[in-house]
Amino acid sequence: MTIHANDNRSREMKPPVASEGVVGWIRKNLFDGWFNSILTLVVLALLVDVVPPFVRWALIDSHWLPSGAGCQEGPGACWSVITGNLRFILFGFYPHDLHWRPLLAMIILVALLFYSRNRKHWHKALLWSWVTGMVLMGILLRGGVLGLAVVESAQWGGLPLTLLLAVFGLTGAYPLGVLLALGRASRMRAVKTLCIVYIEMIRGVPLISLLFMSSVVFPLFLPEGVTVNKILRAQAAIILFTAAYIAEVVRGGLQAISRGQYEAAESLGLNYYLTMRLIVLPQALKIVIPPSVSILISAFKDTSLVVIIALYDLLKTTKTALSDPKWMGFSAEAYIFLALIYFFCCYFMSNYSRRMERELDRNL
Amino acid sequence: MQTTDPGNPHVPLFNDPAKRSLIYQTGVSIGVTLLAYYLVTNTLDNLERQAIATGFGFLEKESSFEIGESLIAYSAADSYARALVVGVLNTLKVSFVGIVLTVFLGTFIGIARLSTNWLVSRLSAVYIEVFQDIPILLQLFFWYAFFYEMLPAPRQALNPVAGLFLCNRGLIFGVPAAHPVWSWMGGAFLLACAAIYLLRWWAFRRLFNTGRTFPLFWTGLGLLLGLPLLVWILGGAPTAMDVPVLRGFNFQGGVSVSPEFAALLFGLVLYTAAFVAEIVRAGIQSVDRGQPEAAKSIGLKPGLVLSLVILPQALRVIIPPLTSQLLNLTKNSSLAVAIGYPDFVSVANTTINQTGQAIEGVALIMAVYLCLSLLTSAFMNWYNKKMALVER
Repeated sequence: MTIHANDNRSREMKPPVASEGVVGWIRKNLFDGWFNSILTLVVLALLVDVVPPFVRWALIDSHWLPSGAGCQEGPGACWSVITGNLRFILFGFYPHDLHWRPLLAMIILVALLFYSRNRKHWHKALLWSWVTGMVLMGILLRGGVLGLAVVESAQWGGLPLTLLLAVFGLTGAYPLGVLLALGRASRMRAVKTLCIVYIEMIRGVPLISLLFMSSVVFPLFLPEGVTVNKILRAQAAIILFTAAYIAEVVRGGLQAISRGQYEAAESLGLNYYLTMRLIVLPQALKIVIPPSVSILISAFKDTSLVVIIALYDLLKTTKTALSDPKWMGFSAEAYIFLALIYFFCCYFMSNYSRRMERELDRNL
Repeated sequence: MQTTDPGNPHVPLFNDPAKRSLIYQTGVSIGVTLLAYYLVTNTLDNLERQAIATGFGFLEKESSFEIGESLIAYSAADSYARALVVGVLNTLKVSFVGIVLTVFLGTFIGIARLSTNWLVSRLSAVYIEVFQDIPILLQLFFWYAFFYEMLPAPRQALNPVAGLFLCNRGLIFGVPAAHPVWSWMGGAFLLACAAIYLLRWWAFRRLFNTGRTFPLFWTGLGLLLGLPLLVWILGGAPTAMDVPVLRGFNFQGGVSVSPEFAALLFGLVLYTAAFVAEIVRAGIQSVDRGQPEAAKSIGLKPGLVLSLVILPQALRVIIPPLTSQLLNLTKNSSLAVAIGYPDFVSVANTTINQTGQAIEGVALIMAVYLCLSLLTSAFMNWYNKKMALVER
């Protein structure tokens, strides 16, 4: 009975207004003590100083017409530089009336990525659909079969090229990285040394030096008369570079597998290949999914470096569009547009990696 | 490693782990050697056919190109070797300044991310996410365009603080006019640092021997500020400033930072600081909540809780990833070639274009960055070992 009475009273006594609801939240999170209050006010003042003029520049005073009318007079942003050059920025020198092909290839890629997000869909079938998808993307870009006109890789550019370098880069680098990690963990002295030297050397130099190598030194390595096209060489450099980083990530996964797993596999009579294939790698690779996604993110961002060896990726097409005297001086708008593209792609991936990390945490 | 049973000679060659591993290793070594041989012979053939010179003889030839900014005297009449040294020094300059600024900015944002103030914490989260997700090269291009396109000409230069000008010629700011006292003050500052180091050693010894604490922070601060100040007063307290003045089309006097350097520095620092902030946040969060509580309950003051309990544990988590981020900054400084700052890669690239000796040029680039990486990680490993958990 007494307990009941107590319960009733506590239900009747509401906390003071100032500690709940919006007011309470503001007090607790923004004006908790004099230091926080001053901090809040200063930050608010800064925001008021920066945000309204930016909104005014970017939205209210801005110009959107592809012709670029009014850009030179008004103080606002000139988004016409994007609308006027959108197709060139996105597809580069790809023949104008064939733009549907890279577009379709990108749609396939995005659809595959979306479908693969769910771990319940990870079956053999998914692997095959990726293989088919990649072949299909290649056919769409290159043409030459099924009555599609051939488009030489020299004409590829823009967003498809960026995605191509990133996706094929990671697909190529992953197996190589796993092999390097296994080599580094191996007990064979010669193999181990080779892998360590390779990994440490690649990780010690900037990607740009490998890209230089692919563009100026690599042609010298080939016998007379043999040439490899520029995109493929850059792709190889990105694969060789990314593989070293993947190897380090996978090494972390391998080290997390307890000794007992190896011993159990050995006692079952499994040989090295089967031990790795059935016992160690499935566990190790599962642990390293989140860091692998971070590597995918940095590989995606790093593809922008091919600008330096004059491949027409997204950044280079934008710079080319900007070099037209008509659009001189509107770099900020163009770069902000690019930044948004990169930001949304990377944000999507890093969000995914975080969610995956939580999911795996629960499962393990 | 498993060994074979010497008593049983009938183990087939390939079922003997030791011998099998030997076969594998020999196979791999031979394969790599053959590949190397193939590439080298191809290369030598190609070089001979295209009549490209080999070797590093070109280093002593006259470079005949100018370099925009240099820490040492340099002209187009100097050798390639000197030009490359200028490049290395420029790389070191931007990396060093960048690392110092990045550590400060990154720590600041990382702590702001943990603030109980919702607005501050959210804003830092937005900063971290946005700057991490935009390629560094795009950011560099943006800052470069910012300096060259968006900032006004020197005549209309922005003047946010007295003595500091921002225009499309870069960042120009006033410095105290040359006077011998300034170098003396630098000496006094170093002396103060040395004194603090000794004082710290002595104070800790006294703390462990007698249990009495010593107000190290305030004494240290006093020494650090007081000693140079004393020298300044003794030196006659010079107050003359070398302020930049607009003459004709450009500023005279003061110290100017080129737009290329400023753009590179902005880009590198803002990009890397986002990563460092995440590392600092994770490091501080990794310290168990019970640790500061325990420290408070045995009566340590807040400052001591931070310096004796939280920081040593957080730094242990922070240092290894921090090292790799700072190395990344150094490596990313090679992107200077895209915006025309004469760093090492940029100079080496010009050298390659002029001499045609691509292999030597790329090898030099790789060697220099490898050395920088190895030196940095050696230093950080030493520091890490110093900070590591001393287990009994």
